[in-house]
Amino acid sequence: MKTDELIALLARDAGPVPTGVGERRFAVALALGILAALAWVQAAFGLRADLPLLMTTADFWQKVAMPLAVAATGLVVVFRLGHPGARVRGWWLGVWLPVSLLWIWAAAVLWMAEPAARMPLVLGTTWRSCVFNVTATALPIGIALLWALRGLAPTRPTLTGAAAGWLAGAVGACVYSLHCPEMAAPFVAVWYVLGMALSAALGALAGRHWLRW
Amino acid sequence: MTRIDPVIATEHELHELFLAGLDGDAAAYRHFLERLGALLRGYFRRRLQQLPDEVEDLVQDTLMAVHAQRQTYRRGEPLTAWVHAVARYKLVDLWRRRARQEALNDPLDEDLAVFATADHEAGDTRRDLGRLLDRLPTSQRLPILHTKLEGLSVEETARLTGMSESAVKVGVHRGVKALARLWKDMT
Repeated sequence: MKTDELIALLARDAGPVPTGVGERRFAVALALGILAALAWVQAAFGLRADLPLLMTTADFWQKVAMPLAVAATGLVVVFRLGHPGARVRGWWLGVWLPVSLLWIWAAAVLWMAEPAARMPLVLGTTWRSCVFNVTATALPIGIALLWALRGLAPTRPTLTGAAAGWLAGAVGACVYSLHCPEMAAPFVAVWYVLGMALSAALGALAGRHWLRW
Repeated sequence: MTRIDPVIATEHELHELFLAGLDGDAAAYRHFLERLGALLRGYFRRRLQQLPDEVEDLVQDTLMAVHAQRQTYRRGEPLTAWVHAVARYKLVDLWRRRARQEALNDPLDEDLAVFATADHEAGDTRRDLGRLLDRLPTSQRLPILHTKLEGLSVEETARLTGMSESAVKVGVHRGVKALARLWKDMT
């Protein structure tokens, strides 16, 4: 095929292009992903009975502060990774800084606790299932985000997949916290972060295979 | 500073042509693609000195990608950065594919390849538009064949095929989208 032929063909298709495609795809993906994650948590675990009261406490918001912060900044990071030439720059900070701050806080909590109370603070009562539950809750959100990214053009598929998985893990952690009975910072610092990391690893694998264009 | 000025001038000019194309100006868009094609050819030729046969394929790959992904360009951002990211992605993708091929093939092939001639006509590739078009449904293939390859207008094509004019336009649009998807399989 001659390149001139291709150019003539493509020029025939110079129609108006919809704007805000990325914004719309991310909005749809997050809405559907969060709904599916909520339905899954409700069906598989059940929401906490004291949820209305819980959501007025500082403890709850301290617990979800890390995943909320990662989700908010991760959204910008993943959105930019989906657009060729867009630079992520300082937004990378939001990917790891909330986790670092949580770790410092958790270390301080452990430091001040009685030695005998330290292990229960880390393990809680649900540490065996927490990592899997966070990742499972993140799964529908991650799949929705990958769909959104397939309509865009990430030039670093593996990295973009990992970032999308990390973002999905953070949103999934927020949703899962509506069920999770654990309230200690050390617990969140270990098991929630591991769940998000597992989600990021799955995202990297998926990105490698499905985000090429 | 004087060395940078031509680049900035090119950015301005291409940016205007591209935006006009995004708004539906086919002539401006065609002009943009021609200018971009020439720039890409120079860019890839410098980076593929060992693989001159791949240059034109990669130019076409990238033009196709620029077209298929143009909705990811955000107005107001520098066009250079966007185009460069797309072109570099396609270049890296080529290296990745070749690395995998070479891992599978006997290394002797690569030595022999040095003597392979590279005399095909500039601006032509092994990719066959006819075979690509054969895989499209009639409602997309005919509008593309008549409007693009035979140079008929939308009205003439509509009369010839018995399709409505809007069906012809939709057929071209969907057909090019489908071609972009089939594109990689034919490499």
